[in-house]
Amino acid sequence: MGFADVLNQREAEILRDWVALQLSANFRRSDLINDTDLRQQSGDFWNAFRQAVASGSEDVMAPAWKDVREVVDEIAASRARQGFTPSETAAFVFSLKQPLFRALQSSPNGDLSNELWKITMLLDKLGLLSTETYQKSREEVISRQQRELLELSTPVVKLWDGILALPLIGTLDSERTQIVMESLLQTIVETGAAIAIIDITGVPTVDTLVAQHLLKTVAAARLMGAECVISGIRPQIAATIVHLGVDLNSVATKATLADAFALALRRTGQTVQKIRAISSQEGRGGTHSDS
Amino acid sequence: MERIPILKMGDFLLVSIQVDMHDRLAMSLQDDLTDKIVRSRAHGVLIDISALDVVDSFIGRMLGNIASMSRILDAETVVVGMRPAVAITLVELGLSLPGIRTALNVERGMELLRRARTWDDLEGGENGDVPASE
Amino acid sequence: MSLLRSETLAIGTDADVVHVRQKVRAWATDQGFGLVDQTKIVTAASELARNTLIHGGGGSMHLQALNDGSRRGLRLVFEDHGPGIPDLKLAMTDGYTTGTGLGLGLSGAKRLSNEFEIDSKPGEGTRVAITRWR
Repeated sequence: MGFADVLNQREAEILRDWVALQLSANFRRSDLINDTDLRQQSGDFWNAFRQAVASGSEDVMAPAWKDVREVVDEIAASRARQGFTPSETAAFVFSLKQPLFRALQSSPNGDLSNELWKITMLLDKLGLLSTETYQKSREEVISRQQRELLELSTPVVKLWDGILALPLIGTLDSERTQIVMESLLQTIVETGAAIAIIDITGVPTVDTLVAQHLLKTVAAARLMGAECVISGIRPQIAATIVHLGVDLNSVATKATLADAFALALRRTGQTVQKIRAISSQEGRGGTHSDS
Repeated sequence: MERIPILKMGDFLLVSIQVDMHDRLAMSLQDDLTDKIVRSRAHGVLIDISALDVVDSFIGRMLGNIASMSRILDAETVVVGMRPAVAITLVELGLSLPGIRTALNVERGMELLRRARTWDDLEGGENGDVPASE
Repeated sequence: MSLLRSETLAIGTDADVVHVRQKVRAWATDQGFGLVDQTKIVTAASELARNTLIHGGGGSMHLQALNDGSRRGLRLVFEDHGPGIPDLKLAMTDGYTTGTGLGLGLSGAKRLSNEFEIDSKPGEGTRVAITRWR
């Protein structure tokens, strides 16, 4: 008898054995999922699996297996979010092999090894699918956390009236640069700043993509009515920029943040003056003498 | 058809675009503005686009036309209030709005217009012409 | 990849182009696009819808909301039965225009999208499809 028949005849028994196996296994993780939910998940998978097998299709990617794939996706995604390891997640599907094999072996049948092979193929593919979904979910969690960190770690600061500074620290990748640049433009609007200084002293390397993002940000700021100055370009970065053929002619650049600040002050019609020391004229009439 | 209101503020005209304009409305704004510049002898035009969440090549062209035509009519144009997302998209689109001055907001835009006007008057003075009184 | 939902809009008037912008904005928001991504695809849609109206003599836009595993996207297909484009390569270069435009419609829409396909037969019509992923 084929394994489809075995599934039907002994479905309750196989499900029971499978659940019992999971409950006592070393991948149980009772800290992450309780018995009731585990039974629920197993039951959902088992029902969908039986139906798909009954359809006669042996291709896990076929429409007949859609419900099974969805159940696997949901379980894998939720386990990823809960903190299960990839192995513990895949073990959910793989552990079904043991009770299924046992049931097959103890049933009268014609071609045991062929049926076992079919089951192995199906469950292997489903197990791998669960791992892929697990991966994607983990990546989503990580990228969300990264965004949140980025927003916290690259603040735009107001240096003076109408002058903002964006000190960039660390390696810039394409995504981070985009987020940071959008935040800069938004702050320009909110504070009505006339000039934004983008300081890259703390950036070890710049590749073409990042250089392009910087240039696009300067162009966007200009379109909005604000100017940008890029400061802190170290010799190595200057060499890289020339080597990459990036055209910085339309952008004001300064070697240091201090120089950029001085430029920004001039451009906004402001100046810094030393406070004069109290002159001896004032000291004559008072109790203090500064001689 | 509705028309975009144009306000006169002293020497300047102020247009605040509050709606997602269909192409014909944009064209009629262009006509109305040039008409009003002549009739009111305005020397500056301030176009506030802070309410626009999209500026495509058609609107870009309209703004460019307005700037060029106003200049011929002795008025400067400043576009104010462009949103960051719009600016980023225009850069990506490759639209640089040449010949159009921009400022962050109406206040800055006014400053820009006044300064431009002052230079014009000074230039007239240097050449020995008496600046036209308003 | 799965199709979450789809809809077709007619493009026959100026007002339809505005309608296209609003519809694409709404769907992009639903798909969870960030503000800049939304603006990019709405701007691209505006360019292509206008092309369909003005050069294609009217047509339609077919909207599709997609889900490809972990990422969501929007696919827009603009179709018309107009005169078609005789020289596609030329039409795709920046600044090329047969009308009074800035000529950034097709190349601009391509730059603002992640995927771009164009099919055009002189005498039969044009079909442009763009996709943007979150």
